[in-house]
Amino acid sequence: MTQVPDQNGRFGKFGGRYVPETLMNALLELEEAYRHYSKDPAFQDEVRYLLHKYSGRPTSLYYAERLSRHLGGAKIYLKREDLNHTGAHKINNTIGQGVLAKRMGKSKIIAETGAGQHGVASATIAALLGLECKVFMGEEDMKRQQLNVFRMQLLGSEVVPVVSGTRTLKDACNETLRYWVSHVDDTYYILGSVTGPHPYPMMVRDFQRIIGDEARQQILTEEGRLPDYVVAAVGGGSNAMGIFYPFVQDEAVRLLGVEAAGRGVDTTEHAATMTKGRHGVFQGSMSYVLQDEHGQVQPAHSISAGLDYPGIGPEHSYLKDSGRAEYVPITDAEALEALQLLSRTEGIIPALESAHAIAQTIKLAPTLDKDKVVVVSLSGRGDKDVEAIMGYLGGSVNESH
Amino acid sequence: MNLIDTAFARLKAEGKTALIPFLTMGDPDLATSIDIIKTLEEAGADMIELGVPYSDPLADGPVIQRASERALTNSITLTDCIQVAEQAREAGVKIPFILFTYYNPVYQFGLDAFFELVKSKGISGLIIPDLPIEEDEEVRQLSESAGVHLIPLVAPTSNDRVTRISRKAKGFVYCVSSLGVTGERADFHTGINDFLGTVRQATELPIAVGFGISSREQVKRFEKLCDGVIVGSAIVRTIEEAIPLLKEESSRAAGLKQIGDFVAKLKG
Repeated sequence: MTQVPDQNGRFGKFGGRYVPETLMNALLELEEAYRHYSKDPAFQDEVRYLLHKYSGRPTSLYYAERLSRHLGGAKIYLKREDLNHTGAHKINNTIGQGVLAKRMGKSKIIAETGAGQHGVASATIAALLGLECKVFMGEEDMKRQQLNVFRMQLLGSEVVPVVSGTRTLKDACNETLRYWVSHVDDTYYILGSVTGPHPYPMMVRDFQRIIGDEARQQILTEEGRLPDYVVAAVGGGSNAMGIFYPFVQDEAVRLLGVEAAGRGVDTTEHAATMTKGRHGVFQGSMSYVLQDEHGQVQPAHSISAGLDYPGIGPEHSYLKDSGRAEYVPITDAEALEALQLLSRTEGIIPALESAHAIAQTIKLAPTLDKDKVVVVSLSGRGDKDVEAIMGYLGGSVNESH
Repeated sequence: MNLIDTAFARLKAEGKTALIPFLTMGDPDLATSIDIIKTLEEAGADMIELGVPYSDPLADGPVIQRASERALTNSITLTDCIQVAEQAREAGVKIPFILFTYYNPVYQFGLDAFFELVKSKGISGLIIPDLPIEEDEEVRQLSESAGVHLIPLVAPTSNDRVTRISRKAKGFVYCVSSLGVTGERADFHTGINDFLGTVRQATELPIAVGFGISSREQVKRFEKLCDGVIVGSAIVRTIEEAIPLLKEESSRAAGLKQIGDFVAKLKG
C-alpha cells in the first residue's frame, strides 16, 4: 500500500480538512510544527523519555494462558495498554501532543472526552507540563463517569459540561471545536483520536503507533513470528490504529477492528459506524458516518462511553474499503460477558471499550488451531467502569462462569 | 446575470449597503419560513440567507443550534429548504436567495443532483461553511456551470489566504467579523478594520461582514466599510421569541410584525 495520508491529508478518498475557514491557518500551523518537530531529535527524546519514565512503557505483551486454554483455540496475547500511567493508551498521544503544544509556545490546552480517559490523560499531561487545561465532556457522560470527572478536577483541570445535542462524545467534540474557533490564537487542541481534520488523524496515529511497534517486536521475541490476527476495539479508533499501523505492510496478519453494536445492529441503538454507516463528512473529515438518508448525523449508543460515537477515523475507512482490515460489531451484552470472563480467568478487569475486543476474541479464538496467535489490544483498565458495571449487572456479578 | 450581482450593482449605484438577514428553514415550520421571507423583504432585506438545518452545526453558536434542532424535529430536509425558495418566488419575493448549508447534506444528496435542483429553483448563491478552498474544487466547478455563486468565507486568521480565497470567489466575499461561532456579541476582532481593508484590497467583488452583528449601531459601523452586512443569530433569536405568536392563527400577523420591525430597525 502507498504512504498515507497524502499532502492534503487524504487516505484515498477519506480524510481532508472540512472545517470553518477560521481554523484553517491553525491546522496548517499545527501541521508544519508537527512535521518540523517529528524530525527533531530533542523533541523525540523528550517524548520517549516521558513514555518510558513517566508512563512506564514499554507495556508488556502478556500471554493470557488461562483465557487461551478456556477458549480452547489460538494462543491469545494481550497488549497491556491498561498498565500505562492513567490506565489507558490515551496517554501515548497526550504526551506527544502536550510536548508539541509546549514547543509551539501554547500555554493553554483543550480536549474533548467521552469515557473520560482522554480527558484524564490530557489533564495529567497539563499538570505535568504546567499548562492550563479545559476538558469538554457531555453532561450524559459526566453522569456515567463521575470518577473520571473528579480525577480531572483533582489534576487541576476544568471540566466543561456540554449540554448541546446528544450530551455525549459527539457533541463534546463539536463544543471543543467551537471553543477552539474562538480561542485559536493562544490555545492548543489536543484531539484524542485518529479523527477530525488533517493533521490529527496522521499525528495521533504516529503518537499511538508505539503500541504496534512494541507489540510487533514483542511477539517476534515471544513466538519467533508475526501473529495471525490483531484485534482492537474502535470508537474513533486510536488504539486500533496504533496497534494496526506497524502491521499494515505484513499482509498475512489479519487486522480486526471491533465496533460497538450496543443493543444490536438491527436496533437504532448502536455505534456500529462501519457496519451501518455510509461515507460522509463529519467533524472535519470524510469517513464512514452513522447518518440518516439526508446526511443528518445520528446519535450513537454503546454501554461504553468511549465507543459511543457515530464517526470513525478516516484511515480506518481506508483500511476497510481497501480490504486490508475488517470491522465487526459486538453488543453491550457480549462485552459485559467478556469483561467478566477476562476478570475471572486472568485477574484483569478490562475497560468496557477493551471488553469489546475481548468479546470478539472469545468468538474468534475457538475457531482457530492451537498454533495460531492472536494479539489483542487491551486498551484500558476497567476501574473507571466498575460502578457502571455494578449497575448493569444489577449489583451482583453474573454467576454463570 | 446572477441576481446577487444585479442587486449589488444597483445598491452601489444608489450608494447603499446590502442588509442580508439569515433564517433557519423550517423554524418553526416551512409555511412560516415563507411568510418570514416575505416579511424580511418588505422590511428592507436586500438578499436572504436560507439556512439548512444540520445536526452538527460546527460554525454556529447556541441560537442557531437551537433553531436547527427545532427544524430537525420537523424532519426538514435539504429538498424542503430548496422548495421554500421556489415557493417564496411564486409568492412574489424578488430578492436573491443564498443557500447556507453544511457540506454533508449536500454530499449525501449527490453533487450533480443538488446543482440540478438549486439552479432550477431560483437559488443565486451558496455558502458551505465547512468547505475551505482546499476541499472545494469539485463544488466550485459545478457551481460555476450551474451559474450559482459559491461565496467563500474569510476570517481574521486567514492572513495570506485572503488573496487566494478572494481570487476564486463569486458574488461577494463573506468576512467573518471575529474569531468564534455565530452569535451576538458586543466586541469584534480588534483588527477588524484592517482586516476588512485587506479583503477590500484583495478583490474587485463586493465584501460583506457577518457573525455577531445584532444592532442598528453595529450595522451602521460596518456600512461605511462594507457592501453588505449579514445578520443571523439576532434575527433567529427574534424568530424564536415570536414562535408562540406565530403558532396561533390569531396572533400570527403580530409575530411576523415583530420580526419585520426588528429588521426595519436594523436597516435604519
